[in-house]
Amino acid sequence: MVEVKIIKDGESASALIKGDIDHHTAKEIREQIDAYVQDNQIKLLNLDFSQVQFMDSSGIGLIMGRFKMMKLLMGSVKVINVPSHLKRIIKLSGLLSLGVIEKGEV
Amino acid sequence: MAQLKNEMKFEFISKSANESFARATVAAFVAQLDPTISEVADIKTAISEAVTNCIVHAYKNGLGTIYISVKIFENGQVIIKIRDKGCGIENISQAMEPLYTTGGAERAGLGFAVMQSFMDNIKVTSKLEKGTTITLTKNIIPRVTKNGQ
Ligand SMILES: Nc1ncnc2c1ncn2[C@@H]1O[C@H](COP(=O)(O)OP(=O)(O)OP(=O)(O)O)[C@@H](O)[C@H]1O
Ligand SMILES: [Mg+2]
Repeated sequence: MVEVKIIKDGESASALIKGDIDHHTAKEIREQIDAYVQDNQIKLLNLDFSQVQFMDSSGIGLIMGRFKMMKLLMGSVKVINVPSHLKRIIKLSGLLSLGVIEKGEV
Repeated sequence: MAQLKNEMKFEFISKSANESFARATVAAFVAQLDPTISEVADIKTAISEAVTNCIVHAYKNGLGTIYISVKIFENGQVIIKIRDKGCGIENISQAMEPLYTTGGAERAGLGFAVMQSFMDNIKVTSKLEKGTTITLTKNIIPRVTKNGQ
């Protein structure tokens, strides 16, 4: 079960993801976010993880995929509000070196 | 050898909607060992990785059956086997390298790295065109020790 809420502020948008991120739900999340970004010419995409209860490596793939997409669109992506139970998997992923997560987040 | 406390087996078809079913089912069974929230989260994450690999890689050309067995022991040990009858892995050590993936742009190549880091032991056996078995072990620390008594 997953729900995505996207709020726009000029050229930036924040996508609040509520629920679990696995291979099954990642597809739905990806489709919603990508369509929104393209329809609204978003340049800065914030992925708000504050309400993600569970995530496996499909969540890492979701972040990396959005990173590549935003780069192609000459924009950028930031992961914000990482809950403490997801810090280990995010650290292990090497995402910090991509610059999509602020040092202080994890 | 520690004494067996309980054992269960289940199987299901390789539909992605079953990923959450599989991890919740294993977590519910392992609850008998009174694990911490973080131990349960580690097991759920590892199961999700192994089951997703069966769906995305082993049975990439269609549907197949995924088999899971769980044994729990009196000393807190959990042994979980996840088995598929899919395509198999040609080079296991290469497959287990972090960031190695045959899955395309939306896969990170981190599933095995996550299983390795979140569990105490992982064993992979595989045969091309026959399938793959992942054996995951985790030692749940008994509550008395957790409370420092
Ligand atoms: N059950 C399996 N059957 C066949 N091949 C597998 C199986 N599990 C893993 N593999 C192979 O091993 C590779 C690495 O697996 P791993 O889980 O580490 O990464 P991934 O699945 O590609 O990406 P991620 O797990 O980050 O989404 C896969 O890309 C695939 O080639
Ligand atoms: Mg994987």
